[in-house]
Amino acid sequence: MLENIQLLLDNPVALLNLLLDGIMIGAIFALIAYGMALVWGVMNIINLSQGEFVIFGGFIGYYTSTDWTLAIGPSASPWVSLEWGGISPLWALVIAPLILYGIGRAFYALVIFRLVDRDLFTSILATFGISIFLQQLMNGVFTAEDVIAQHGMGSWVLVDGTTGELVIEQVRVIALVFAVIVGAVLTFYLRQTRGGQAIRAVAQDARAARIMGINADQVYARTYALNAAICGAAGVLISMTLVIHAFSGLIYTVRAFMIVVIAGLGNVAGVIAAGLGLGAAEKVADIVIGTSYQTAFITGLLLVVLLWRSLRLGRQRKVLR
Amino acid sequence: MRRGLLFALATSVALTAGPAAAKVEGDTVTLGAAISLTGKYSTNGKHTRNGYDLAVKKINAAGGVKVAGKSYKLKIVYYDDESRGARGAQLAERLINQDKVKFLLGPYSSGLTKAIAPITEKYKIPMVEANGASRSLFTKGYKYLFAVLSTSEQYLASSVALLAERAKAMGKKPSDMKIAMAFENDPFSQDIRAGIIDDAKKYGMKIVVDGKLPRDLSDMKGILQKVKLVKPDLLVISGHAKGAALAIRQIAALRLNVPMLAMTHCDSAKVIKKYGKKAEYTLCASQWAPTLTYKDDVFGSAGDFAKTFNKAYGYQPPYQAAESAAAVLVFADAFRRAGSFDTDKVRAALAATQMQTFYGNIKFDKTGKNIAKPMVLYQIQDGKYVVVAPTKWAAAKPRLPIPKWGKR
Repeated sequence: MLENIQLLLDNPVALLNLLLDGIMIGAIFALIAYGMALVWGVMNIINLSQGEFVIFGGFIGYYTSTDWTLAIGPSASPWVSLEWGGISPLWALVIAPLILYGIGRAFYALVIFRLVDRDLFTSILATFGISIFLQQLMNGVFTAEDVIAQHGMGSWVLVDGTTGELVIEQVRVIALVFAVIVGAVLTFYLRQTRGGQAIRAVAQDARAARIMGINADQVYARTYALNAAICGAAGVLISMTLVIHAFSGLIYTVRAFMIVVIAGLGNVAGVIAAGLGLGAAEKVADIVIGTSYQTAFITGLLLVVLLWRSLRLGRQRKVLR
Repeated sequence: MRRGLLFALATSVALTAGPAAAKVEGDTVTLGAAISLTGKYSTNGKHTRNGYDLAVKKINAAGGVKVAGKSYKLKIVYYDDESRGARGAQLAERLINQDKVKFLLGPYSSGLTKAIAPITEKYKIPMVEANGASRSLFTKGYKYLFAVLSTSEQYLASSVALLAERAKAMGKKPSDMKIAMAFENDPFSQDIRAGIIDDAKKYGMKIVVDGKLPRDLSDMKGILQKVKLVKPDLLVISGHAKGAALAIRQIAALRLNVPMLAMTHCDSAKVIKKYGKKAEYTLCASQWAPTLTYKDDVFGSAGDFAKTFNKAYGYQPPYQAAESAAAVLVFADAFRRAGSFDTDKVRAALAATQMQTFYGNIKFDKTGKNIAKPMVLYQIQDGKYVVVAPTKWAAAKPRLPIPKWGKR
């Protein structure tokens, strides 16, 4: 462990590369966490199917980028006869949110509306159920293969010298920019528009909002669908940077949960900061304590943060909201 | 309550009296297999099933298996184990107790084979398996388990030998060579790791990175960045299809230069199709290759098998399909030599197997693993898999060292 730290300190360029990589992937985590914070804050539901929405979006990214006839094979179902090779998965950044918005609406109409105003335990169970359902559905429909979305973008070599190389992946830069834009748009939407005001009003006091003539159910449905859409976009970016599998959603739910716990609800800037921080911390931990503890590190960090917060709150006699 | 009891009684009667497929009915012998048709192994589960089915089809088309003067057709009963060990074990019990199947073909993956082997052992039912390579399967003293494939510690051993050869060619000592490793934390990959460590020790090579990858691996950038810093002569990676796909993607993204890169599961991760040029020069371990010169009378040569398979299923057979087909051939051969369908006689015949199939030579040692077939090492050259080691089957010279990213 010590020699790993020494190795990083001896190679500042590599350390910088690592941190930048982590920060940029952290931007995607932040995106997923926005959505979770939104649903949590407005509807008081901890959405455990977050990761599955992400993976669903990832598969959409994969299918836009892949030659359809190749992907499905000659035993193709008769209703898919598209003959085009794939297009850039960047298009999926538009397509996936639209599809996921619809899926979010559908789940709201089927399940989620029953959970509003119920206790947290019920909503956790129900959304966990949705996550299992989606996993199996994706496994059945999209197969159990590990897939990546091809994008044809390369890397920039910024520093290339005896001190080491600084290599930046173009996709990760896009992810960072996209996350910041979505964050900005979301903040603007929530603060400045009528729709956003309605969401905030319902979040503050659903009964009062109803009396004022706001259709709270409509707001809930929109919020939940918006979250699914954000996850969809994040999933496309994940499939372009990493690799996805029908069952690999959970880790993104855990990360989002962790970020929201650190940043608190209704704090978009905090979510971004926590997301980027988590991404960078993960990468450094990868080298210092080893990749095998990747998941353990995230959950361990979550534990530490929760402990620390409860200690701090205990001192100030506040209530954790 | 009463109705429930009655219902339970009725179903249990129906189950025991149901049409149990006996092991030999008329002129048909039934084999059983629980394989992963759904769940995380479903892709390879399908390759396994296709291999089994194709072998059965070919054998039956050629008149079946001649046992004690009479020709028998083969048939396989399948169940879906959902890629879960517990389910696999349950289904094996069901195949043996309810369906009265006396001969089992293996499931996909070491983990599931591990779950089923104790059951077949308990009932003394011979199982020929083609997709469980973990060496821990062969340390338990199983008497009824036979595996046609090479065990996992041999998977990448030839890459270490190749590294030693290269060291000599460069005028260096093999003991100057440095190896970096990243292996998933599962029995199969850890076996491969043990094999590499043994071989590295033999040559006195130094292991500079010994990374473990988690099962739910999502990003390899960290460990690859470390590899970039320590500059090894050989990087070895094994993390199933996910590890292979992620490694190729991120090695290119990071522009990580290593003189030699060896890994497993290149073909199941479809790295050539997915990455094209980025996958070039990668060395890949394989159980089998269509260019090998093995032959048998059912399929013909390895190349003929590939052609037949491609015609039947519309894709090139991965080695998982080839070894599965070979498992059926082994059973057919054992039936013929045993001259009977008595499980003990068939077991004895299996233990004495000594044959060549299109997949390779097959001869089992005391523990039931195949010791007659070596692993092969492919290199991706100009977008194709080309066998480069062992030298006996090499179709081309390995292109090494891998040029630096700026020059590729």
